[in-house]
Amino acid sequence: MNTSKNNTAQADKGGKPSARNNPFCDPTLKSRHVRSKLFKLFTFLSITFAISFLLFFLGDMIIKGLPAFKQTYIEVDVTYNDKTIKSTRRAIDKKYRKVVSRAWLRNIPRLVEQNPALMGTTQPAWVLANSQVDQYLKGHHYKLKDKYRKLIDTMNQDGKVEMRFNKNFFTHGDSKIPENSGFKSAIVGSVLTLIVTMVVAFPLGVMTAVYLEEFADDNRWTQLIEVNINNLAAIPSILFGLLGLAVFINLFGMPRSSPLVGGLTLALMTLPIIIVSSRAALRSVPDSIRQAGYGLGLTRVQVVQDHVLPLAFPGIMTGSIIGLAQAMGETAPLIIIGMIAFIPDTPGSIFEAATVMPAQIFTWAGMPERAYIERTAAGIMVLISILITLNALAIYLRKKFEVKW
Amino acid sequence: MLLRKPAVKLIAASILAITMVTMAQARDQIKIVGSSTVYPFASSVAEEFGATTDNPTPVVESTGSGGGMKLFCKGNGLNTPDITNASRRMKTREYKLCDKNGVTDITEAVIGFDGIAIAQNKQNKPLSLTKKQLLLAVAEQVPSRDGKSLVKNPYRNWKEIDSSLPDREIIIYGPPTSSGTRDAFEDMIMKAQTKKMDVYTALYKKDKVKNRGYRKYHKVRQDGVYVPSGENDNLIVQKLEKNPKAIGIFGYSFLMENDDKIAAAKVEGVLPDPTTISSGQYPISRSLFFYIKNSHRKEVPAIDRYVEMFMQEDMIGPDGILSEIGLIPLPDERRSAIRASVLKHTKLTLDDLAKK
Repeated sequence: MNTSKNNTAQADKGGKPSARNNPFCDPTLKSRHVRSKLFKLFTFLSITFAISFLLFFLGDMIIKGLPAFKQTYIEVDVTYNDKTIKSTRRAIDKKYRKVVSRAWLRNIPRLVEQNPALMGTTQPAWVLANSQVDQYLKGHHYKLKDKYRKLIDTMNQDGKVEMRFNKNFFTHGDSKIPENSGFKSAIVGSVLTLIVTMVVAFPLGVMTAVYLEEFADDNRWTQLIEVNINNLAAIPSILFGLLGLAVFINLFGMPRSSPLVGGLTLALMTLPIIIVSSRAALRSVPDSIRQAGYGLGLTRVQVVQDHVLPLAFPGIMTGSIIGLAQAMGETAPLIIIGMIAFIPDTPGSIFEAATVMPAQIFTWAGMPERAYIERTAAGIMVLISILITLNALAIYLRKKFEVKW
Repeated sequence: MLLRKPAVKLIAASILAITMVTMAQARDQIKIVGSSTVYPFASSVAEEFGATTDNPTPVVESTGSGGGMKLFCKGNGLNTPDITNASRRMKTREYKLCDKNGVTDITEAVIGFDGIAIAQNKQNKPLSLTKKQLLLAVAEQVPSRDGKSLVKNPYRNWKEIDSSLPDREIIIYGPPTSSGTRDAFEDMIMKAQTKKMDVYTALYKKDKVKNRGYRKYHKVRQDGVYVPSGENDNLIVQKLEKNPKAIGIFGYSFLMENDDKIAAAKVEGVLPDPTTISSGQYPISRSLFFYIKNSHRKEVPAIDRYVEMFMQEDMIGPDGILSEIGLIPLPDERRSAIRASVLKHTKLTLDDLAKK
């Protein structure tokens, strides 16, 4: 097209002198440059747009979530005796009852059990403060009567109020008492679920890909399977939840809400991703490797097992990690199999009831208490940092072990 | 070698499945499903139960009242839930379903009330609505000016409904059809009125099959004035914050937590607060329930202790833990009567449900 335009330019006798004298002059050059600049600008704008969205989202999350990593503790006198063990509210002076966390109080009998020397004494102790006190000190909306606000202010001046690192967030499970709630059971639940997912999906996916790519004939059946696998990758994830409910819970009688069922359901969802990416990785191994193997008298299985698979492995790993990351952020199928529930206990095995990180975030986002807003954001921060680590690992593995042909 | 690996996996998986079936027999963890409105209360009790006894914390799932009933009535197997929460009474249809599946011994417990708040952004002047005005604002078909026929809802401004109302566009953010709050709203605001209004019932009498929907008309308009806003009431609160013109419909506990940003409207001249809701003065409130499957009491002994803890004064009483998070306690007499009946494991009958 350009050359034809050049020709017309040359043929144009009425043009400017330079155009007539210079055979290489292209009168459309200017507009072409403008167009290419515009195109470049457009692509650049797109990416700035995307990045600014991301920054806005992350910034918002971090600003909202950071306070959740600090928690208020106050120093009050605690009385340990028979009466206060029965009615733990009485363990502290009436004045302070409304500012101390109920979660700390109900733990008193356990404290005494661990340390019998406490019995019959009154000692100052640093106790967890109520979420309203915490919200007040963090400058958020609070609901404290003036009386208690003044009390906290004076305690603050006396150095009896401290902001500490919120250990509970990583050592406790969910709680209806905001200051007591944590992310631990969700993290453990996610880990157990994803172990099940990977143990099932990874070998099945890779083997399916190997069969389809290396052993299967190209006929109607394999084409049908291929279309179906690609189709499965695009199915809304909630349908996998329905399938999981029907097959694993109703048919096999596996326990509802357990990481086993969740993991198997997510495995079904991750399978197509692993298969598709593994096939791409296997296909990128050049045929010369296979030919060389056959030339040396290796069998088909030996070629695949010892040469093709190891060479394709970085690609397979990348795909699997991305599939894993996707499974980690999935909530919809888990609603149906009962993993979105109030489950504060940390699961000890894949048969116990468990919840996962995105489910916990979802639950917190729906709570009326304001103190959960920061916890929701903090949960998102934890989830995102794990996802970023996983994706970075995928890129690292690809860069490190990738073989260029 | 290659083919053996998945085979091994398969065998392992089937062994796992078999062990699981055997493991599902005895159970010390209570399983609770049901209403999203009762969920915060039930999980509070569950947490307290887990923290102060040796039993594991019960699993509380929020499936919605209807979804909970379905799971609960599936049968007596230990894989089915022990308790279901509901933000309305069990329907006779559900009772019959339970009965058909062998779940015949059920105890009903009422834990308290939940108010449904009609609220707006705090910047606005206080608003006072009647039930009639609310009906006219949300129904798909409303009586025409002369009151003789039904027309498609023409109202776009509160002023058009009644001249005493402010000159403000009508936008209502409310719960979607799947929600128990929506059911309650339709029951108390729409059905309660339309079943007494001849304009609607005349149509039903004319053709009882085709016009069945007009017996207790409860169709909400779909022209963008009523915006279904998802099960998450926090979302409605946020929308009211952004849009001062709008009005929201949601559970009372969300009003309590956000009273710095939003304010309730009076309904029939009454503001929602624990006293007016508990006494029944505030017109849109409902009772909250849970249902116990008595056939599980032997295999899951923790149920009794959980129920006992739930019915304690520390929980559902006026100074109880649950009232702090928005449960409106029952009047004293009714509370002790219900406590006694629950602790006796009184069996629920179809006649009980027929009674109002």
